Amino acid sequence: MTIEWRPTAEIETLKARAMLTARVRAFFAERDVLEVETPVLGQGGSTDVHLVSLSTRARTDTGQHTLWLQTSPEFHMKRLLAAGSGSIFQLARSFRDGEVGGRHNIEFTMLEWYRPGMSLEALIDETAALVMAVAPHLARPVTRYRYRALFHEQLAVDPFTTSLDTLRRLAAERGQMSSQSLTDESRETCLDLLMGLVIEPTLGRDELSVVVDYPASQAALARRHQDDDGQWVASRFELYLDGVELANGYDELTDADEQRLRFEQDNQARRRLGFQEVDVDERLLAALEHGMPEGAGVALGLDRLIQLALGKARLEDVLAFATPRC
Amino acid sequence: MANYSTNEFKGGLKVMLDGDPCSIVENELVKPGKGQAFNRVKLRNLMTGRVGERTFKSGDSLEGADVMDLEMEYLYTDGDMWHFMKTDGSFEQYAVEKKALGDTEKWLKEQVPYTITLWNDKAISVTPPNFIELEVVETDPGLKGDTAQGGSKPATLSSGAVVRVPLFINQGEVLKVDTRSGEYVSRA
Repeated sequence: MTIEWRPTAEIETLKARAMLTARVRAFFAERDVLEVETPVLGQGGSTDVHLVSLSTRARTDTGQHTLWLQTSPEFHMKRLLAAGSGSIFQLARSFRDGEVGGRHNIEFTMLEWYRPGMSLEALIDETAALVMAVAPHLARPVTRYRYRALFHEQLAVDPFTTSLDTLRRLAAERGQMSSQSLTDESRETCLDLLMGLVIEPTLGRDELSVVVDYPASQAALARRHQDDDGQWVASRFELYLDGVELANGYDELTDADEQRLRFEQDNQARRRLGFQEVDVDERLLAALEHGMPEGAGVALGLDRLIQLALGKARLEDVLAFATPRC
Repeated sequence: MANYSTNEFKGGLKVMLDGDPCSIVENELVKPGKGQAFNRVKLRNLMTGRVGERTFKSGDSLEGADVMDLEMEYLYTDGDMWHFMKTDGSFEQYAVEKKALGDTEKWLKEQVPYTITLWNDKAISVTPPNFIELEVVETDPGLKGDTAQGGSKPATLSSGAVVRVPLFINQGEVLKVDTRSGEYVSRA
């Protein structure tokens, strides 16, 4: 048997990758955003119901502990913000169990940055500017869409008011799923399927597409606000390029009580679904209690941006050693 | 049979879908930014040969299909069924229906080994070897000296297949044919 020891990326690609990463650092240096490095391991993990965290056991001066590998550097970076760091960015190794494919790798690089005092609108502009600074040949007009409008235009349904039965039927039909497979599924699952399978592939074609006003239930660590129709929505955006989701930004939630409530709701949902519960990050909550400056933050999948910038077919083409060959 | 979860769906895995055995061709993770993950799966239905796409929630599972490929020699047909014998020395025989035989009927030759796909020990498809040697039983007379020029004509082979052959080929000659494309390769 031949053992596959060679890199999954060509050496020439890794050279190009290094050049693009240098552009990221130059972009933030120019804007006076501080580069930071925070731990990959944490005593609390992400409670996000749809992320599976890896964990490990570590021996410290206080004995054996379970430590979680971060799914993004968000919690540590927010603690820096609460401690008065000002604007910060990080190229952070992040881990999401089970995520392997043409656009996913269990271990990946998240480019995450936070801008105290900046509005979500201004951060959308900055995110688009970053993408074009890294890949000037991909410069395109930026088009904003409301989540709700995309469903109206492409599927003739309303994500908030169309009956669940209709959404289940539509999702099963468009996803080529067996008709009974969605009968017990939530509105969220149906919307995720329609967004991921039908709408996403159409976004970011000849433009940078920005989607705003996600359902309030998909707020995660973002604030909520009422949109022009009086509907509660998440103060969150996603940026798409060539049908690929590149970045996810929030008007950051700074309310410690609200944040604790959302973590607990996540864990309740985890119990209901039979998933492992995750220790809530008490240090993050204490930092929010102390006070984190209001502002916006965004996480961008750097490997995906590099993949698109270099015109590669699969994520592993820009990773020295993709997880299956690590 | 065991159940297989979406993260075990690899190319070639045999699973049951809507009552038919299927072979997985491709499996791709689709995950919106902050939500439920799905697997977009391409499957080949082993009864019909058709390839289709289906979506599963990540973590969903399918029952495995008891499917295996065995090498067997063609023996004879009684008109209703086509009879094959395992080449492992067991002399065990299997009868194959016309429906399972499909297009392979026109490539049958005694004592040639075929790949028989069994589902629950019943033959559901027969795959001929990539290349097979067959005799020409009918074609227009060959053109003498025309060994290099282009041009072709139909020739009926002993198995019943009709293939395009060069003009110089004569009745009674044995030809090597590619069963995948149905094209003439050379004189045997």
